[in-house]
Amino acid sequence: MTDNVYYRSVFPLVGLCVIVVAWQAYTTLFNVSSVVLPSPTDIFFATCENFTTLLRHTWPTLVECVLGFALAVGIGIPIAVALSSSTLLNLTLYPILIAMQSVPKVAVAPIILVWFGLGIESKLAIAFLVAFFPIVVDTATGLNATPKGLLELAKSLRATRWQIFYKVQLPSALPFVFAGAKVAVTLTVIGAVIGEFVGSSEGLGNLLLTANSQLNGPLAWAALIWLSALGMALFGAVALAERFFMPWAKDGSGH
Amino acid sequence: MTAITGTREQAPDGLAPSSEPFGVFTDIEKRFALGDGSYLTAIEKLSLTLEKGQLISLLGPSGCGKTTFLRIVAGLEQASMGEVRIEGKSISGPHPDFAFVFQQPNLMPWRTVLENILFPLEIRREKTPKGVDRARELVELVGLAGFEDRYPSELSGGMQQRVALCRALVHDAKLLLMDEPFGALDELKRMEMHDLLLSIRARTNVSVLFVTHSISEAIYLSDMVAVFSRRPATIRDRIEISLPYPRQGEMRYGADFTRYEHEASRLLGIVR
Ligand SMILES: Nc1ncnc2c1ncn2[C@@H]1O[C@H](COP(=O)(O)OP(=O)(O)OP(=O)(O)O)[C@@H](O)[C@H]1O
Ligand SMILES: [Mg+2]
Repeated sequence: MTDNVYYRSVFPLVGLCVIVVAWQAYTTLFNVSSVVLPSPTDIFFATCENFTTLLRHTWPTLVECVLGFALAVGIGIPIAVALSSSTLLNLTLYPILIAMQSVPKVAVAPIILVWFGLGIESKLAIAFLVAFFPIVVDTATGLNATPKGLLELAKSLRATRWQIFYKVQLPSALPFVFAGAKVAVTLTVIGAVIGEFVGSSEGLGNLLLTANSQLNGPLAWAALIWLSALGMALFGAVALAERFFMPWAKDGSGH
Repeated sequence: MTAITGTREQAPDGLAPSSEPFGVFTDIEKRFALGDGSYLTAIEKLSLTLEKGQLISLLGPSGCGKTTFLRIVAGLEQASMGEVRIEGKSISGPHPDFAFVFQQPNLMPWRTVLENILFPLEIRREKTPKGVDRARELVELVGLAGFEDRYPSELSGGMQQRVALCRALVHDAKLLLMDEPFGALDELKRMEMHDLLLSIRARTNVSVLFVTHSISEAIYLSDMVAVFSRRPATIRDRIEISLPYPRQGEMRYGADFTRYEHEASRLLGIVR
């Protein structure tokens, strides 16, 4: 166990160091312009100089991601329950869901902006749209994957449909729900940034776009790195929640 | 010890006067529809009578239809033909007073040992402090004291199967349906479980249908051994075991025991 934690933190760190050093060497040796590819030190100094700016722009993006994710969970899970509990609903809704999912969200973004305006609502809507599908599909899969033996046990005890649902199906679907949620939460970052790209006045996506148009490579890269850090933090938060809600699954998948 | 040692009070459930045996299974037949439109007959004309408090072992070759029969009695499977009568009433679905020990432990990975055992009480809305005490007592009886708060993934297969046994015993079932419940245990633990099952049976007067592959297990436990034929299963013959209860470990080596073993082996076609 300690070995595991040790290896899991040491190896990525070593890998990261190697990449950063190589990157720095490349940009210095070949004298690459910071507009094309800023060196790690450039990015580091840009981060320090613009720390409060970065922080100020992180907040709206974080809010968009968290609320978009909450919406996706709050609406996605009930829909998954409906899908898995009724064949009729499943037949009706599933094709529609897949059709919806096949529409590129980037293409829909301008339309959503027209509907919801430049404020946070349009970003929430896009973040929700990208996060929704994995949650619905994984939860529905999980609800349908209840081990047959457990269902029979419940049946032999004459459990009611409701008891079977919340005492057997739901807990056994939890690993699937969290698998979907982990994918979904990183997708919300993409959704929020798409929304900010299409039209916004704040947020890390907005900052990135502005810096880029001013040919401020280091700041654009700093914003990019913050975005990925935001994604990882959100992923980590869901993984923590998973541990909390599923104490019996001790590092099953190991992320 | 009160909950388990106390004999079950004979509930005045109004059915008592009927002189019909506890369970009567008549001409049970089970056909499974196969994918290609044909049928597989798993059970054919199987009739059996189970007296109140009787322990009958169902002994038969693998794949002959023992599990299927047990599932029909449990109401998990519909018989294609025939009738299952319990206390004089024909039944066609799960019965509230039955408990099933499946061939696999079927534990819920998200519940601890104790929570798994309490599951039937929760479903029946009978989870009381007394029930919890009883569950703890059972955990101790099967030799799992100290594991109450562990998750199933932390237990061996044999330990999981013992948890499943506790779960079946936690509510006062009138009929225990056991499908090779001790298959995953080592010889020593298995013998311990035999004596435990018999002592619980003696105290609660629960009726038992016990499926097994093991000839000696069937003889040691039972009032009567029903030997199944190959598929389609039917009862080939019955062996009344007249060894006295309480059964003692030494009986396993007695002449009578050996005679029963020989007879069962002959009926199974192992020896002539
Ligand atoms: N749902 C099903 N559909 C089709 N065939 C089935 C089904 N369930 C069982 N069978 C068949 O019925 C026969 C009896 O199966 P069953 O599980 O009752 O055997 P068993 O006596 O319990 O065997 P074992 O001792 O190996 O557990 C087998 O041939 C099996 O293939
Ligand atoms: Mg079987």
